[in-house]
Amino acid sequence: MLRVDVSKQLGEFSLQASFASEGRVTGLFGASGAGKTSLINIIAGLLRPDRGTIAIDAETLDHTAERVHVPAHRRRIGYVFQDARLFPHLDVGANLDYGRRMNRLADDAAARARVTDLLDIGSLLNRRPGQLSGGERQRVALGRALLTQPRLLLLDEPLGSLDEERKVEILPYLVRLRDEAGVPMVYVSHDAGEMRQLATQIVMLRRGRVIAFGGIEVLPAA
Amino acid sequence: MFDISPTEWTAIQLSLRVATVATLVATPIGIGVAWLLARRDFWGKPAVDALVYLPLVLPPVVTGYLLLLTFGRRGLVGAWLADHLGIVFAFRWTGAALACGIMSFPLLVRPIRLSIEAVDRRLEQAASTLGAAPWRVFLTITLPLALPGVLAGMVLGFAKAIGEFGATITFVSNIPGETQTISSAIYSLIQTPDGDSAALRLVVVSIVIALAALIASEWFARRALQRLHGN
Repeated sequence: MLRVDVSKQLGEFSLQASFASEGRVTGLFGASGAGKTSLINIIAGLLRPDRGTIAIDAETLDHTAERVHVPAHRRRIGYVFQDARLFPHLDVGANLDYGRRMNRLADDAAARARVTDLLDIGSLLNRRPGQLSGGERQRVALGRALLTQPRLLLLDEPLGSLDEERKVEILPYLVRLRDEAGVPMVYVSHDAGEMRQLATQIVMLRRGRVIAFGGIEVLPAA
Repeated sequence: MFDISPTEWTAIQLSLRVATVATLVATPIGIGVAWLLARRDFWGKPAVDALVYLPLVLPPVVTGYLLLLTFGRRGLVGAWLADHLGIVFAFRWTGAALACGIMSFPLLVRPIRLSIEAVDRRLEQAASTLGAAPWRVFLTITLPLALPGVLAGMVLGFAKAIGEFGATITFVSNIPGETQTISSAIYSLIQTPDGDSAALRLVVVSIVIALAALIASEWFARRALQRLHGN
């Protein structure tokens, strides 16, 4: 259960969002500039809300009235960015291993094999990010986030920087992730088609406000 | 021509030791200062910024004299260090290293700061979402990605330290075997009748050291860049 009730002023733009979602994949849907990325940056702990609370299950991550703010690195929330953000000085294997090292988790060969199989990235382990295609980079970024054993996975338009062909290549992996990995996800997109395929619940944003919440039936008709 | 006398050898070794120690001690401090200037906003930042670059614009003799006043035997800091820790800078090679470290500091800090500023902060954010505490983000992401700048700063600082003259001679004088570096040895030799050939030998040695440092830095920078671009 993810509960969000926050407000944040960013220059001229004001974000005020409140929702609680139990779904496996919560879709944050809206046009660009609606505040989707700011909202998941707040959930990730990269941005501090001006006012409000964020909680996952029983744990409070932000509670401004009580001055609670768990820093990003202690939230155990995986984040897949639109631009992958693989570390250029590390090969794919070291990128995948980074979160485990930082969280001092035990080396779990089985978990690693499961994730590399799920995403078909086993053959890329010795390559550098500079040698990967956009789709491969995004799959590695997914694997890297999954291997930190997150309790929530944030995906910010993970298909946004890919062409149509690559989107079709990645989408099945995301569906597999939803059905097999067992990690709740928040999926950000402005593409209603993607949302229909992936999301189980929709939070619709416009100009910093939640304008609709519900199942995929709240999405605009195709 | 190339019979280097023991006195000249001493000066060469001393220069290398002074510049090496100055660079090695100044580098971690320089990395810290560069990071603060590149990544943090704090009260008095413009003053810190100016202070770091001050040795670049002050006459070296002024810096040397200020060092003498502060770190000399009767200087405020110098007396305390001598009485409590037994560390003496005045008229010792350690003083030469201190003078060289301070004089080369701006040249050391600048490339490091620029390269830290050039590190994509979004990568640092990604590292923090993967569970890295801020100091580990710095050690595993920022610093490795800024490495070419760190190496460039070290080489520039080292080269400056090898060539430093004004502040060093003002602070620790020109004592053969203790504080006489290549620069001050050349200075003494050209004041001496018949010193020309010895001075020329040291000039050649300085050129060789400077060239070696530049070639080494090019090589390191190229390797570091290859590492970063992931090919």
